Amino acid sequence: MAAKTYLTHEDIAKWLEDMSAGARVLAPARVDNAVLFVPFDQHNELVLEHKATAPPKQAVFPQTETLLKYRYSKDPEHPETQSLEIREALPQDKTVVFGCRPCGARGFVIYDRVFDSDTLTDPYYKARRENTAFITLACDTAENTCFCHWVGSHPADPEGSDIVLCPVEGGYVAESVTKRGQELLDQAPGRAATSKQEEEASSIQDRVRKDLGEAPDISSVPASLLQLFDNLDFWNDVSAKCISCGACTYLCPTCYCFNITDEASGLTGKRIRTWDNCMSYLFTLEGSGHNPRMTKAHRLRNRVGHKFSYYPELHEGLFACCGCGRCIQHCPVAVDIREIILRAKESADEQSISA
Amino acid sequence: MSLLEEIKAKIKEELPGLDCVIGWKQGFDPLHATPHFMRTEQDVDQLIINPLCVQNLATYLPGMKERKVGVLVRGCDSRSVVELLQENLIKRENVVIFGLTCNGAVDLAKVKNEIGFLGRVNQVSFEQGYMQVKTPQQDYRMELKDMLLPRCQTNPYSSPVLFDHFFGQPEDASACGQGGSANLERLENMGLEERFDYWQYHLDRCIRCYACRNACPMCVCRDHCIADTRDPHWLTQETDVQQKWMFQLIHAMHLAGRCTECGECERACPMDIPILSLRQKLNREIKELFAYQAGVDPKAVPPLLTFKVEEANINERGW
Repeated sequence: MAAKTYLTHEDIAKWLEDMSAGARVLAPARVDNAVLFVPFDQHNELVLEHKATAPPKQAVFPQTETLLKYRYSKDPEHPETQSLEIREALPQDKTVVFGCRPCGARGFVIYDRVFDSDTLTDPYYKARRENTAFITLACDTAENTCFCHWVGSHPADPEGSDIVLCPVEGGYVAESVTKRGQELLDQAPGRAATSKQEEEASSIQDRVRKDLGEAPDISSVPASLLQLFDNLDFWNDVSAKCISCGACTYLCPTCYCFNITDEASGLTGKRIRTWDNCMSYLFTLEGSGHNPRMTKAHRLRNRVGHKFSYYPELHEGLFACCGCGRCIQHCPVAVDIREIILRAKESADEQSISA
Repeated sequence: MSLLEEIKAKIKEELPGLDCVIGWKQGFDPLHATPHFMRTEQDVDQLIINPLCVQNLATYLPGMKERKVGVLVRGCDSRSVVELLQENLIKRENVVIFGLTCNGAVDLAKVKNEIGFLGRVNQVSFEQGYMQVKTPQQDYRMELKDMLLPRCQTNPYSSPVLFDHFFGQPEDASACGQGGSANLERLENMGLEERFDYWQYHLDRCIRCYACRNACPMCVCRDHCIADTRDPHWLTQETDVQQKWMFQLIHAMHLAGRCTECGECERACPMDIPILSLRQKLNREIKELFAYQAGVDPKAVPPLLTFKVEEANINERGW
């Protein structure tokens, strides 16, 4: 493992500026009352004290992305035929995401198994993923909605990151995780971290882990959710207050469902991919008018089931949740997914006993 | 017996005849209350009523279909229930209204402005017009009147306009309707270009989650909203400001003369976009044209749900 580097706040500013010359650097900054990942601008103060309102999902998986553009044309000599010209739009840009939290970077580890597997590769996703580096900030506070430790992660988790920065007095102790991270760190104006700084960093991590408290064992939840699949009373009950909006899915670092639409205007048009969300009635509305997920209970069951049962079943027990807690923090009616999975675990146990 | 105990006792008394009673209980942390669907006496024991009970529970009523339910409302929320009745979207015999007095509901966006960050709040208390918030780093003390939702400033009805049971004294509610909408005034005083820039800036961060729409008690198309439908294709799936703005204007237009200004749209927005002002603006226009306010009189017909050959304030043929 490479030696750790100490960077002062001034070093970070200089580093970000240098990186901006060769790549799109996205960093969390205030946009009115929200904190969002926006292109780095030295005049824009970074917000690094706490988690951003939205995760850095857009860096690799934009909410709207043009897959291709097309144009129909006619040959005057053969008016009965029409030719079609298609231009693919593969993303080329290099991106550096700075200042995301371990949960935000880890979200893409869950994406990778879907968009870049042995059997299927999404070229748009892959191009962006390969061109995006994550410089992650280890957490120095545990928020009320944080539960990364429930889903196999922790506040300084390097998985999915290229560099992890740990906040210490006056700056950060940086450690590269990947080769790409090391190359970026080599350009940074830092110096070797002292053993005292390294100790400080690890003591902060220990404190945050302690603050998070004991994680419940949720290893039986995938089975519990399957067992409760047909128990609509359970799902009606836990979804009663849900208003079926998309705030939870659109702010989720691991929600990857999308829609593909051709937006045409006359003879030209483009094929776009946009985020979709399973809380919406239209998500499963079929052409016939039939909808297998008629009610919000069906839809919330899908969201919870996908993250904590169907996905882990396909991917060696890995939960499709990074525990960032944004779905809880930003839900207009404070639906708490932690409460739902714990209740599922309990209810399935009761159901087994009474059966 | 305290007021809360009185309310709980009444709910328990009514519960056997109802599918559920909708109130609030403590949410995931001391700062958040969450809607609570009470079906058993144990559920009723979890009921809380305080300035953090921010959600307008009338939003759930149209979804209850034929089920008979109880709902807790303050003056402002009661107007949504009345407007739903006026539009025949719910039946009077299917809802038991538990009317509350209110000392204001907290706008968490304002609290966020004050304390910087809401993620680490350990304790919240209210005392003699003050709100106290404890975080591991600091204790904060704010005047409650400065932390209230926009609806507390604009809604003049301190007591429910319609109820089956009423709790408290009408004069308890001193926070209501003490001023106009500061944000709307600010927008009205802007030049066209400045206002255009304002909306460009704010709507850019909209994520099209439609929390604004789904939290709205008067938004009853629900699963059949024209913002989603492909046929007709009013909006594209793109996330540019044009589409987002178009949706906001459609929403505001559909609410003209129906909106009770509960502000759930703005409160629900995870991006804190100040979208209530658009609805307020159209409501002001309706008030001027038809001398009408939504959700005040259960017998009144909303002006855009009817017509007159000659409208008093619309000069169609008088030139």
